[in-house]
Amino acid sequence: MVRTPALYINVLVVAVCGLVYELLAGTLASYVLGDSVTQFSLVIGLYLSAMGVGAWLSGYIDTHPARAFIEVEIAVGLLGGLSAPLLFLSFTKQFWFHPILYAVVFGIGVLVGLELPLLMRILRDHLNFKDLVSRALAIDYIGALVASLLFPLLLVPQLGLIRTSLLFGILNAGIALWGTWALEPLLSRGLTGMRGRAGFVILLLVVGLIKSEYLTSLAEDGLYADPIVFAESSPYQRIVITSSTAGFQLFLNGNLQFSSADEYRYHEALVHPVLSAAVGPRRVLVLGGGDGLALREILRYKSVEHVTLVDLDPAMTGLTKKFPPLANLNGNSFSDPRVTVVNQDAMIWLEASGEPFDAAIVDFPDPNNYALGKLYTTRLYRLLARRLTPNAPVSVQCTSPLFARQSYWCIIRTLEAAGFQVRPYQIAVPSFGVWGFALASRRPVELPSVLPDNLRFLDSATLKAMFVFSVDTGPVPVEINRLDNQSLVHYYESEWKHWN
Amino acid sequence: MPKGWTRREMLGVVLGAPLLAGCQGQPPAAKCEGEIVGPNYVLGHRVRDGAAVVPPADHWRRASVVIVGGGVAGLSAAWRLERAGFHDYVLLELEKAPGGTSRSGQSARVAFPWGAHYLPAPLKENGPLIELLDEMNVLEGRDADGQPVVAEQFLCRDPQERIFYRGRWYEGLYLHAGASAADLAELQAFNAEIAKWVAWRDGKGRRAFALPVSAGSDDVEVTELDQLSMAQWLDRKAFTSPRLRWLVDYACRDDYGLRAEQTSAWAGLFYFASRVAKPGGEARPLMTWPEGNGRLVRHLYEAVKDRVQLGTAVVELIPRREQDADRVDVVTLSADGAAWGWHAEQVIFAAPQFVAPHVIRPFRSERPKHVAAFEYGSWLVANLTRTSDVPDRGCPVAWDNVLYDSLGLGYVSATFQRGFDYGPAQWTYFFPFCDEHPKAARQKLLTLDWAACAELVLGDLQRAHPAIRTEVDRLDVMRWGHAMIRPRPGFIWGPERRAAQQPYRGIHFANTDLSGIALFEEAFYHGQRAAGEVLAAQGWKTILTPSSFAPHR
Repeated sequence: MVRTPALYINVLVVAVCGLVYELLAGTLASYVLGDSVTQFSLVIGLYLSAMGVGAWLSGYIDTHPARAFIEVEIAVGLLGGLSAPLLFLSFTKQFWFHPILYAVVFGIGVLVGLELPLLMRILRDHLNFKDLVSRALAIDYIGALVASLLFPLLLVPQLGLIRTSLLFGILNAGIALWGTWALEPLLSRGLTGMRGRAGFVILLLVVGLIKSEYLTSLAEDGLYADPIVFAESSPYQRIVITSSTAGFQLFLNGNLQFSSADEYRYHEALVHPVLSAAVGPRRVLVLGGGDGLALREILRYKSVEHVTLVDLDPAMTGLTKKFPPLANLNGNSFSDPRVTVVNQDAMIWLEASGEPFDAAIVDFPDPNNYALGKLYTTRLYRLLARRLTPNAPVSVQCTSPLFARQSYWCIIRTLEAAGFQVRPYQIAVPSFGVWGFALASRRPVELPSVLPDNLRFLDSATLKAMFVFSVDTGPVPVEINRLDNQSLVHYYESEWKHWN
Repeated sequence: MPKGWTRREMLGVVLGAPLLAGCQGQPPAAKCEGEIVGPNYVLGHRVRDGAAVVPPADHWRRASVVIVGGGVAGLSAAWRLERAGFHDYVLLELEKAPGGTSRSGQSARVAFPWGAHYLPAPLKENGPLIELLDEMNVLEGRDADGQPVVAEQFLCRDPQERIFYRGRWYEGLYLHAGASAADLAELQAFNAEIAKWVAWRDGKGRRAFALPVSAGSDDVEVTELDQLSMAQWLDRKAFTSPRLRWLVDYACRDDYGLRAEQTSAWAGLFYFASRVAKPGGEARPLMTWPEGNGRLVRHLYEAVKDRVQLGTAVVELIPRREQDADRVDVVTLSADGAAWGWHAEQVIFAAPQFVAPHVIRPFRSERPKHVAAFEYGSWLVANLTRTSDVPDRGCPVAWDNVLYDSLGLGYVSATFQRGFDYGPAQWTYFFPFCDEHPKAARQKLLTLDWAACAELVLGDLQRAHPAIRTEVDRLDVMRWGHAMIRPRPGFIWGPERRAAQQPYRGIHFANTDLSGIALFEEAFYHGQRAAGEVLAAQGWKTILTPSSFAPHR
């Protein structure tokens, strides 16, 4: 004898699970692809139509609806349970994400669409048609309400997307396993096989649940405040672009490099003091700066005939091709015939010799490891000096004099130890906070009186103000950063610890 | 695999029983390419076996001075002769490349060492060495105390050392992680002992431990340390902290190829105290190059190479009298089997002492007593290219990478020192055979074929780099049968070392083994000294003045 109330619980669980998978897919799609209205609309539409396909297909199952129901439950458990991990892991594969997303949504939709018709056929023998339809559908809609409340209030904040997905997969497979007993009178044979499959799916998902920390770390869930719109791992670093209402943000190894909303402040401050101080610079060197944004500012100068940009990572200097909004932002600077890109470690490149440069811009990521700390040493600055004309000015991004005061002054003093005369300056960049630079040259540097037209941030009054430091950002005693002591990396680590 | 050895037996013998516990089951064999490279045992063993070689009459030439051996001592002697303006000499080297145990190799990406790989910045008193470094443009001036300042690109890049312990890398060589208050107190007390010896001066104002050794004190308070082993010295001072004892034992293995129990306490303390200028101060910074001391060799060789013959074995030195003066006939054999001879007025014998009884004719019949006291350790050195750069747990790669639970010494990274932070890495791995009996160790080493050597290296590294077997695409091996002189207790201040330094019938000896320790500074010093001796014998106004080797203050 099959117990009817138990089967109602079945309907409820199935309904909750079905909607949870739909919400998961919609949320993930809008995380990754941005534009949540479109993504939710597409996912819901596809999902509902797939359910229709499932319902229609159920008509082709002539015999053994109970057996089919259990097999479908096992399949929903497997596919639904793994849906979020699978989608998270394909985040970074831009090409694959869309096909995988829609295949997963469609597949789950078809399976969920099969569930209710099959269940109703199982219950048919115990109820008259009127009661069956009213109760089954009522419970189904109540399940939807439960899911829509649980999902934002409990599941996402408490469990996160991956664990929610795995947990509901276990519920589905659990229903299947339980069903092999509850529906035993309707299942003639093959019980062991079904139990084995259900047990295997449960085991797989439980293992996934236990290892969910690891899955999450692979998937960078929670690492970024805004949805990821691009991600790529190069041999050198992890490149991630997120998108928010304010624009897009570039992260290298999880560290913000710029936000399109306020990068103009940073790049105008990095480029114009040095290039305006160099009178009519013809040959300009950029170390780092693979986003091409400093190039955009450099190319404003009519006198500039040639720019060499040395950035280790071809994935960075080629990013504009894969992520067109960056090309818009940097004004297609890499396509300018005056620009030559060299993908090499800057220090190794500097060891070679060549025609000297009239100005240089040093824009490396912050020194948070030894490989980067090397690029802020007296050795690098001395090698740089060899590649410059005697009067050439240099600007250097120097991290924050507020958040990392010792680090900032360590870079300043290191430049001085390498024979440069340095004029420290700082600005406010909302995405970063107070940010510091150095204007340096082996001859005394005059502040420029003329700046290019049409700048958004700098004018001559602002320029003067940048060279004033507040009490809490002023000089502190520091060691010189050398290859053989890497003092800067140690300062940087200890200082940023306070703020992160 | 050597005949009659199973892999387990081989690893058991080489690595010692405790490590074998971790090698249960058959590890997969190394899949990478590689070979055993030099040294030239065929020609070398012909010398040892006293090949009878008689050059035909028209194969004899003359040179005022013949230098036997193109390692650091021989090259340094030649370099000194060149600088003195004395060019009538020839340097004969058995191997096809100069440098001895300081030689280097070259991969597609970077040069790498095959042996000695660093030189501490000298103290200001070591005039001749500073002269060499100045000539190489390695120094950029002197500091306020007059100590030479080394340009940063020639110093060891930071982090200098890291140590692997229980699944994680830690910065530094002393294992600070998990050290108890008692451990740290002992470390401090040990450093205080070292500071005491750094400050110590004898009646003549000489340091207890100086570089070169000959500039240090021979006061009995210092020399009696040579009667103890380093382990006994630690016992007497009641140092029991396992971490401290590990550090000291590592230092002995690293510098001398001996355990602390086997090392003279004088030599053990020398390691810690000779490189510190002032009590409590930092040790002098290490100079190094991607190819290690191969860079120093290259510079010396470039200066003298017009008068160097490589691939030439000296098979016999025949002292004779001519018009009341000592003369030496030098018989050589080149790789093509041709025998040549040199009539020389003086010979600088810049090969190790163990070679002398095979080569110097009167020594063949009457072996000098002092030779037997010179003991040499065997080392296995491997150079490997690791293609993966998966980040390690804990401290990232350093120049010197040491495994706490290993009898190997770990590896130095040439790519790190070159400044390559990404892509394939070039590592040089060192394994000293610290056996009690050097001859047995040597025989053991020479029975290891390439696969067995690769197994030793990869099996050891696997503990810190679990996937290393699949990450290495080339692994070459050098088996050094006589890698380094071993400063066992009693040897440094025993009579044999002094006896061996005495010139013999026109033959002047110059090799690092005469100092009892294998260091660039010592080989260089003996090269300078022997060059000074032959210049004096030639009646040459020597450029070297006694003050060149001023006592260290």
